[in-house]
Amino acid sequence: MYAFDIERPTRIADAVKLLSDSSESQPLGGGQTLIPTLKQRLAMPERLVSLTAIPEMQGVCKSDAGELCIGGATTHATVAAEAGDYPALAALAANIGDPAVRNRGTIGGSLANNDPSACYPAAALGSGATIITNAREIAADDYFQGMFTTALDEGEIITEVRFPVPEAANYQKFDQPASRFALTGVFVARFADGVRVAITGASEEGVFRWSEAEEALSKDFSADAIAGLSLSGDGMISDLHGSGDYRAHLAKVLTGRAVSAAG
Amino acid sequence: MPKDHGIGASPTRREDVRFLTGRGKYTDDIALQGQTYAVFARSQVANGVIKSIDTSEAEKMPGVLAVFTGEDFVDVGGNPAGWQINSRDGEPMKEPKRPVLAHGKVRHVGDAYAAVIAETEEQARDAAEAIVAEIDEQPAVVDMAAALKDGAPLVHDEIETNQCFDWGWIEDNRAATDEAIKNAPHVTTLELVNNRLVPNAMEPRASTADYDPGTGDYTLYTTSQNPHLTRLLISAFVLGIPENKLKVVAPDVGGGFGSKIYHYGEEALVLAAAKKIGRPVRWTASRSESFLTDAHGRDHVTKIELACEKDGTFIAFRTETMANVGAYLSNFSTATPTFLHGTLMAGNYAVPNVYVNVKAVFTNTAPVDAYRGAGRPEATYSLERVIDMAARELGIDPLEIRRKNFVQPDQFPFTSAAGLEYDTGDYGALVDKLEEMIDRKGFEARRKESEKNGKLRGLGVNTYIEACGIAPSNLVGVLGSRVGLYDAATVRVNATGNIAVMVGAHSHGQGHETAFPQVVADMLGIDENSVEIVHGDTSKIPFGMGTYGSRSLAVCGSAVVRATEKVINKGKKIAAHMLEASEADIEFTDGQFSVAGTDKSVGFGDVALKAYIPHDFPLEEVEPGLEETAFYDPANFTYPAGAYACEVEVDPETGKVTIERFAAADDFGNVINPMIVSGQVHGGLAQGIGQALLENTTYDADGQLISASYMDYAMPRADDVPFYSVDHSCQTPCTHNPLGVKGCGEAGAIGSPPSVVNAVIDALQSGGHTNVTHIDMPLTPSRVWSAMNS
Repeated sequence: MYAFDIERPTRIADAVKLLSDSSESQPLGGGQTLIPTLKQRLAMPERLVSLTAIPEMQGVCKSDAGELCIGGATTHATVAAEAGDYPALAALAANIGDPAVRNRGTIGGSLANNDPSACYPAAALGSGATIITNAREIAADDYFQGMFTTALDEGEIITEVRFPVPEAANYQKFDQPASRFALTGVFVARFADGVRVAITGASEEGVFRWSEAEEALSKDFSADAIAGLSLSGDGMISDLHGSGDYRAHLAKVLTGRAVSAAG
Repeated sequence: MPKDHGIGASPTRREDVRFLTGRGKYTDDIALQGQTYAVFARSQVANGVIKSIDTSEAEKMPGVLAVFTGEDFVDVGGNPAGWQINSRDGEPMKEPKRPVLAHGKVRHVGDAYAAVIAETEEQARDAAEAIVAEIDEQPAVVDMAAALKDGAPLVHDEIETNQCFDWGWIEDNRAATDEAIKNAPHVTTLELVNNRLVPNAMEPRASTADYDPGTGDYTLYTTSQNPHLTRLLISAFVLGIPENKLKVVAPDVGGGFGSKIYHYGEEALVLAAAKKIGRPVRWTASRSESFLTDAHGRDHVTKIELACEKDGTFIAFRTETMANVGAYLSNFSTATPTFLHGTLMAGNYAVPNVYVNVKAVFTNTAPVDAYRGAGRPEATYSLERVIDMAARELGIDPLEIRRKNFVQPDQFPFTSAAGLEYDTGDYGALVDKLEEMIDRKGFEARRKESEKNGKLRGLGVNTYIEACGIAPSNLVGVLGSRVGLYDAATVRVNATGNIAVMVGAHSHGQGHETAFPQVVADMLGIDENSVEIVHGDTSKIPFGMGTYGSRSLAVCGSAVVRATEKVINKGKKIAAHMLEASEADIEFTDGQFSVAGTDKSVGFGDVALKAYIPHDFPLEEVEPGLEETAFYDPANFTYPAGAYACEVEVDPETGKVTIERFAAADDFGNVINPMIVSGQVHGGLAQGIGQALLENTTYDADGQLISASYMDYAMPRADDVPFYSVDHSCQTPCTHNPLGVKGCGEAGAIGSPPSVVNAVIDALQSGGHTNVTHIDMPLTPSRVWSAMNS
């Protein structure tokens, strides 16, 4: 690790100011990606601005419109414990990493990093969540822009994530055996106006929606409805844990299982 | 009634008090006054010519005390191979020099070419990054078959080939084996890979060196399984420091699994650096360095043929193996694929013909050496996979085909077709026990239940035999070993009757501190808590050979027994004097020396006191003191054997394998501490299951280690393994060591991979995938799915 300064502001405005002061400042959520990167000397920021001491970015609540609002610096463990109004989301959070990861890692950190194998991007895109930053509100459909790439501007931080709560939902994660990130993960959510299916871990472009499946499931919310569909392995991640074809196959299997589990 | 003390009892491990409460003292915990830190500059490329190394900037960096490159070590020796293998044509193996730091060329990613010593680790790291090395990258060889082709890039230019040796065992049996296979009614052929494994000890390697300019004495604290061997290698081969001026201390060591048997260049570097700067120097590997530079395990590519009669009677096994030795010969890398592998290729079977050919191959990868099991897992896997395949082809029950070919109890001692003399065993009893443990009769019902849930269920079995307690020095010497393989112990009785036992074995997870006292206490009739074990310090212990190859109890434990017997014999002399009797009339039972046929006796403690306060003592007949040393060189290997079964479920939609049941019936001969033995088996099984399902060491074509962190290298976690059923009640005691023990440390890792793979193949066959007869380990979901859909 190279030497760096660290600031722990307690207000969003202060964090934003610290980040805009210097182009060498970097926001630090739970540090589950950034700290290992620093330890391997693969990054050398001059200053880290921790976002975990800001009370207004903490916790889970419900909006008047019935949406689940989660502070950007809320840990996975807190979401697992307090997002009971959205059981599929709570279950997803409860199965990220291990207890140490869940007690440090944050939802905002995960979404800002947009690891192509992370779980939260599937929940956010699959739920049609809104990403709230210090500057604006971004629809999930506009937010994810490819592997490790998002709509966030330099210095912009996720203060809150707002999830509409579906009628039924389920997340199926197939573990990569070593990291236990999603080798492929599928989030299915059924709303009154249709079904959303978001797939993580599979595509070289990061999390994506499977529109053919959404269309079929919106007509008939059953595993059988997607029996005739298939995803192509082209453009899917191929590595020592599985080929693109395997991931494409898993995406279909897991979609069916998520539909069955969501009921 | 289970025993509550002594041999056969299961006292909890006394060392666990400090390990489980964070009070273990490991090399990295030792803080010496004024210590400095070493950081290595390591090659990023797998094969490259070092054009220049500019250390001038690094030397000017804050806190830097010294910078070393390979140039500083050209006049010292190389790190040698401990075992000479001769090729079939009689030529000795190729032994390119393995320098302290790479010189001229780098040969694998992670090969160290420079080192910085600085006041702090961060300063050393900063300076290591400031070293400018001009390294001209060359094409790498990673694949063994490619490395053996004409015109392949060379790992070591000076030997003009990538083949280390081409070994045949037993060469005189080659023609008969070929003939038998040619004429056999049935031949099953299997090509397989025994996957390379990264050892992954929980504690990374670490070394701290101290030099005393006042005396010229060196001390090396290091993560070693055998401190005397490390000292010998450094003294006699590498740095030339006289053994009497070098103390090697291996304190608590957090797992070795073989990888800490060997001497590594980092140990020599910190010693040389400590002398140069006159201050202690510490190095601790990062996890990344562990992945890249610890000696890896396994890595064989094998073709095996089994010839048999139509009724399943074995006629011959013929094996052709390529064994990867990596970029340099690690100390026992040449023994592992040969005498620890080829000699076991008759398995538990009375097969008449066995021939093994092994070509050892240099590649631009980390060195490969013995890893838990070392050669025997490779032998067992090849045999037990091809037998399973043959049984399926012939329509014979997999246990029956094995039973039919077992060496029978009345045939021992039995000389196998691969040249070993098995002293004792009862393989049929192990299989009987196994069938009971796994409830084989209930399997079909369990299979149906799985199928109802959309899963495929399979049952896989195998047996194994291994050779451990390595071994008679005169035999291994003939076979090429450059070291003796005895062990040693000193039993020091203190004046107040308690005892310190100095042992040559080294405990890094095996529980010696608990088990050895059970032996001594049992023999002396005293409380085992009054016996203390001292190990790991060359200045305190006799010259022993350390712990590997499941040898500690069979070899060093035998030395402990012999030394304790000497103590008893001397005690008899002292007791005879105290009791005014003839020595020949003194008996020793339950801690009492007594005169036969009388009620006259004296306790062990009183004899000990008399030995050290010899006011009234027969000094003309016996020396004061009560301390005895024994060196023990075994007459043969020991031959643990077992029968293992694994029951799996396979999810046909994803290829995911789940282990539902695992049973291990082992014959370890007599057992000193059944709880520790069970624990050793559990650990071995986890490693075997890890190899079979998870551990996937992958180099790309350029020699980059793709699986170089836990993000990509899957170690078994608690939820990957089942609740094991283990049993060691089938006991045929070893006939040639005093305790009748065989060794249990490696059995689980040796015996488990084939049953896992056999089970998965059985499951897939039951699901109609009759074309899937083999899948190479690790059986990841992706590989299983691909096999089902190929």
